Amino acid sequence: MNGFEFPTRKGMGRRSLLQALGVAAVGISFGGLAACSKSDGGKMAATGEEASLNFYNWDTYIGETTLDDFKDASGISVNMSLFATNDELFAKLRAGNPGFDVIVPSNDFVERMIESDLIVPLDHSLIPNMKNIDPTFIDVAYDPGRKFSMPYTWLTLGIGYRKSKVKGVPDSWKYLFDSAEYTGRIALLSEAGDVIRLGAKYLGHSVNGLTPEIIKQVEAMMIRQKPNIKTFHEDNGQDLLLSGEVDVVMEYNGDIAQIMVEDDDIDFVLPKEGSQLNSDTLCIPKGAPHPKNAHSFINYLLDAEVGKKIAETILFPTPNAAAKALMPDSYKSNPVIFPPADQLAKCEYASYNEKLQPLYEEAFTRIRAA
Amino acid sequence: MESWKNHKALFAAIATAPLTWLILFFLLPLGIVWLYSFGTNQGLTQIDISGTFANYARALEPLYLGILWKSVLVAGATTIICLVVGFPVALAIVFASDKWKPWLLLGIMLPFWTNLLIRTYALMAVLRTEGYANQTIGWLHDKFGWLMTLVGLPPPGAYEPMHLLYNNFAVIFGLVYVHLPFMVLPLYAALDKLDKSLIEASLDLGAGHLRTLLMIVAPLAAPGIISGIIITFVPALGAYLTPDLLGGPDSQMIANVIERQFKRANDWPFGAALSFILMYATFIAIAFQAMKARQAEARQ
Repeated sequence: MNGFEFPTRKGMGRRSLLQALGVAAVGISFGGLAACSKSDGGKMAATGEEASLNFYNWDTYIGETTLDDFKDASGISVNMSLFATNDELFAKLRAGNPGFDVIVPSNDFVERMIESDLIVPLDHSLIPNMKNIDPTFIDVAYDPGRKFSMPYTWLTLGIGYRKSKVKGVPDSWKYLFDSAEYTGRIALLSEAGDVIRLGAKYLGHSVNGLTPEIIKQVEAMMIRQKPNIKTFHEDNGQDLLLSGEVDVVMEYNGDIAQIMVEDDDIDFVLPKEGSQLNSDTLCIPKGAPHPKNAHSFINYLLDAEVGKKIAETILFPTPNAAAKALMPDSYKSNPVIFPPADQLAKCEYASYNEKLQPLYEEAFTRIRAA
Repeated sequence: MESWKNHKALFAAIATAPLTWLILFFLLPLGIVWLYSFGTNQGLTQIDISGTFANYARALEPLYLGILWKSVLVAGATTIICLVVGFPVALAIVFASDKWKPWLLLGIMLPFWTNLLIRTYALMAVLRTEGYANQTIGWLHDKFGWLMTLVGLPPPGAYEPMHLLYNNFAVIFGLVYVHLPFMVLPLYAALDKLDKSLIEASLDLGAGHLRTLLMIVAPLAAPGIISGIIITFVPALGAYLTPDLLGGPDSQMIANVIERQFKRANDWPFGAALSFILMYATFIAIAFQAMKARQAEARQ
C-alpha cells in the first residue's frame, strides 16, 4: 500500500489557524489577560509605568524571539493574546477595552476604529523609528500622516495556482469569477466584502466605487459562476492548493509564499485587472493601561534589526524600508512577496463603507443560497 | 416520605446558586439579545432599542426562510440517519454481556473527549480528494480490479477519486458523525429499562424479529426515541462549524448567516432577530411535542 500521507505544513498563515480555532482563541485571550493582571506587579519600567504590556496580535505574526528580546532591552514583559479576524478584534473592543495596550488591526478597521473612537492618536516623538518606514506608506488614505497607526506588514489578494494543472498563467480574475475553464477546481475566500469588491474590480470598477447596482451585477455573475466553484474557504486556501483539493485559489500573497517553499509546483499571480491591498498596523486602543510602554514597544518593532527578524519568520511583505534592506535577496526580490511596481500600481486599499457592508453580506448570502 | 416543602430554607439555600447563575449568565444576556432584535444600528457601535419589527420583517423574507428551511431539512436528514443507525447500536449495547457494556458505552462517549474542531479536521483528512477514504478505495480498486474479469466483465479503468468533501453530503456525514452519541445514549437509557420478558413473550407467541422490534420495542422505547430526536435535531439545526468547514458553495446553514451578521456585517439587531426566529421555531416544536405527549397520556 502506498503510505497514507497527510499533507502537513510547518507555517500556517496568520489568518487561517486561529480562525479555525476560534474557541481556543477565546481561551487564550482570557487566560492571557488573567495572567497579566498579576504579573510583574511591583516592578517599574523606564517609561514610569508598571513593567508589562498587553499585546493583541494575529497568530504566527511576530518574530520567534522578538518578545523576549524586547524584555531584555526594556525590562517590559509582553503578554501576547491572539485574535483570528478583525471582526473578533472589533467585537472585543466595541464593548470597552478589556486591557490591551497594542493591537494589530487591518487598514479598513483602522478607519472603522477611528470613526468609532476606539483608538488613540500616537505620539510621533516617542516613535523615532518611524523614519525606517518606506515613505509611500506614510500618507495613506486610511490614516493620512499616520496619526493613529504604524504599518506593520502589507499584503495583497491574488491567485495562487498549481503550475502543472493550469494552461499558461491564470493572470485574470476571469478564471475565478467568470469562466468554466477550471470548473470544480476553484476556491474563493469566504469574505463577502473581498469577493464582491474584487468582482467589481474585474468588471472595471474601483474597489471604492461600488454602488448597489454594481453589487447586483457582481452577485449575478457569482451566481452564474457558483457551479464551477468548489468551495468558499476560511482563508485556508493555501492548504487546499497544497493538498491538491483545488488548483486555482484566491488567497493572500504571503500565504502562498509560505507554501511555495514546500512545493515548487505552486505559484502566485497578481491579476492584470489589479487587486486589493491590505495593511496590518500597530495601534493603541483607547483606555490602554500602559500607553507609554505601548509607544516604546511600537518603536521597538519598527527597528531595522527587529523588523528583519520578524520578516524572516512571517514572510509577509514589510513596509519597513530599513528592515527590508537587511533581508536576503530571496525575500527582497521575490515577485510573490513584492509584486512588480507596475502591477501594484493597479491595486487599491479598500476603505470601510458602513452603508455597503450589510449589502455585501446580503449579496453573499444570496449567492450561497442560490 | 417527607416533602421538600417542609424544608424551604434548605431548598432555598441549595437553589439560590444555580438560580442566580441561570438568571445572571443565561436569561439576562439572552434578554439583552432579545431587546437587540427590536433595535436599529446607530453608527458603528451603538444600538438603539427602538421597538421596530423591521429586523423580523427582514428575517421573514423568502431568502432567509429558504435558508432556514434548508437547515431544517439538513438537520432532519441528520436526525433520521442518526435514529436508523443509532437504534441497532443502542439495542446491541443493551443485549451485550455485562462485561462488555461499559466498554461499548465508553466507545460511544469517547469522541466527546476530543474537541469538535479536531474531529472535524480529522474528518477532512479522511474525506479529501487525496484523503484516506479515496486512497483506500483506490488501493482496493487497483489491487482487486482484475477480479472483475473472473465474472466476465472487462477490468475497470484507472481510479477516479470521488469528491467527498465540500458538498452537502459531507455536511450531513459530519453532522451524523458528531450527533450520533446524542441519539444512542437516550435510546440506550430507554431500552435498558425495557422488560426483556416482553420481547421473549412476543417471540414465543410467533411474532418475527422485525415485528417485535416495531410493535413491542419501539412503542416502549418511545420516550427515549423522542428525547433522542429532540436533542439531535436541535443542535444539528444550529450547526455552524460543520457546514463552514465541510460544506461547499451552497452549504450555508442558518447559523452561518447569523454568525456573519454579528461579525462581518456588524448588524447585531438583524442577527439577534434571526437567532430568535430559530429559537421560537424550536420552542414551538418542543411545545407541540409536549402537547402530543399530554394527549397521549390523557388517552390512556
